[in-house]
Amino acid sequence: MKALAAFWRRFRQNRPAVGGAVVLALVVLVAAGGPALYGVDPFDMVGRPFQPPFSGSPWLGTDVSGRDILAGLVHGASVSLAIGLIATLAATALGVTFGALAGYHGGWIDEVLMRITDFFLTIPSFVLAVVLVAIFSPTTASVTAAIAIVSWPSVARLVRGEFITQRSREYVQACHAMGMRDREIIFLQILPNALPPVVVVASLMVATAILTESGLSFLGLSDPNVVSWGYMIGVARSSLRTAWWMVAIPGVAIVITVLAINLVGEGLNDALNPRLKQR
Amino acid sequence: MTRYVLRRLLLLVPVVLAIAALNFVLLHLAPGDAAEIIAGQSGHGTPEFVAQLRREFGLDRPMYQQFFIFTGKLLTLDLGYSFVQSTPVATLIAGRLPATLLLMVSALTLAIAGGVVLGVAAARRRGRLADALISVGALVAYAIPAFWLGLMLIVLFSIHLNLLPSGGMFDVSANRSGFAYALDVARHLVLPALTMALFYLAVYTRVMRASMLEVYGLEYIVTARAKGLGEQAIAWQHAARNAALPVVTLAGVQFGHLLGGSILIETVFGWPGLGRLVFDALGQRDLNTLLGILFVSSVVVVLVNLAVDLLYGWLDPRIVHR
Repeated sequence: MKALAAFWRRFRQNRPAVGGAVVLALVVLVAAGGPALYGVDPFDMVGRPFQPPFSGSPWLGTDVSGRDILAGLVHGASVSLAIGLIATLAATALGVTFGALAGYHGGWIDEVLMRITDFFLTIPSFVLAVVLVAIFSPTTASVTAAIAIVSWPSVARLVRGEFITQRSREYVQACHAMGMRDREIIFLQILPNALPPVVVVASLMVATAILTESGLSFLGLSDPNVVSWGYMIGVARSSLRTAWWMVAIPGVAIVITVLAINLVGEGLNDALNPRLKQR
Repeated sequence: MTRYVLRRLLLLVPVVLAIAALNFVLLHLAPGDAAEIIAGQSGHGTPEFVAQLRREFGLDRPMYQQFFIFTGKLLTLDLGYSFVQSTPVATLIAGRLPATLLLMVSALTLAIAGGVVLGVAAARRRGRLADALISVGALVAYAIPAFWLGLMLIVLFSIHLNLLPSGGMFDVSANRSGFAYALDVARHLVLPALTMALFYLAVYTRVMRASMLEVYGLEYIVTARAKGLGEQAIAWQHAARNAALPVVTLAGVQFGHLLGGSILIETVFGWPGLGRLVFDALGQRDLNTLLGILFVSSVVVVLVNLAVDLLYGWLDPRIVHR
């Protein structure tokens, strides 16, 4: 509890981070409550197409098929955040497992696991993500999985490094002496100590995941039954010449969300581990 | 040094083979194959025709045989044949690679040069307005999706200001030779290169700033100041060269990232490179082309990483390769 209070004190001093947290909280609120409060189906044709924003009843105007842009934004928020969050959680779980096993055991286990990690770091990640989604046909699940698969290696490297420095510490030797099992030592003893930098990297990874998702859905690689910000940009692209705002609006939503997450991530970095530099 | 390079090149072989294996397995998990697609496109979608196409292309063989054929060919740099485009994959890639490399190298040059200059400028004015503006700008740029930025730049520079072309690599009517051609390509290159560069420019600015501040704390800078060297000379001749090391490393590591980003940027700008080829191949389920592109791009990434390691030794003579 005391550590949490100290963390909060340090985080609070970082004004950009607090600002980011406020904006992010708003985006989360929109994502969670928006679809219920603003009950327009983002796929419904609500009016004449190509209505500019601030001009009439759909507040942000309509898109090429007369769909409500605000409804798209609201629904897209939950899609972006959910995919970003779940992909990050999955990537972190995978990366922590790989990194912890490699760093803790060393030797051939380390060798094998790190070769696999390096291998995934070598392949251009967005190309791999595109191929994965295309192969398994675009659904929310396949997009999330593809983003997780290309994101975990950096976590694995980080966690491995932490475990290598932690495993020779006295408390770990004490655990060995007490006859604790490896699994307990790894997950209950060392992992909590190795977690702060992982939290920072994971928070920034949410932002990257949202950017990746928007890129995929811009290319048409997203669930056809779900509206996302990147999809809105992709659809509006063909009428860039006549209705640039249709492209601009969802993009601004992406920028604001990603910026807020990055600010929070940096605040976490400063508050959790002053030593660790940015990625 | 020669031995080091040779050993690194040798280490490349298992990595590349592993990548080929992964791609092969992944792509064969996909439903449907080239034969079905071609049959569909040619309008003769009878089962007999599909079976005949399968035999012709070796798609009826067992998976492991297909893989051995594929790998064996890879070792002789034969990347197979694109049935959809009716062209050898190596030819397709060779035709597209220059455009992508031109785009990537231009973008990286812009990003590194701009990042170094802005990072040094911010570090030298630490805590002042210019520093704050550069840092905020970098943070915002870091959050902008490149494909969206590209579209916004088209709106501004092509549609409203009518200054630059919105897509393609050259005017169709233009003369395809000489200085005028180079100028034409350069005009078409400005927007995609800027779009691709901005994200990395932001990253390198931040890294360069942090790195400069670190170097400024070192003793040799104190010495340089003590002997009365001007700030300009200290920053550029003494500090920046060492501070640029992390930027170079990062640029090398991010080459693959850049290559991935080119799919989006080439799609936005209709740039006739490898990225566009990836996307077109996906739509047509052109397996051989995809395998070839993933193979070539991985090899390029590994080679670039090697080159960066060597460059690192040149920038910092204390590093000795064994």
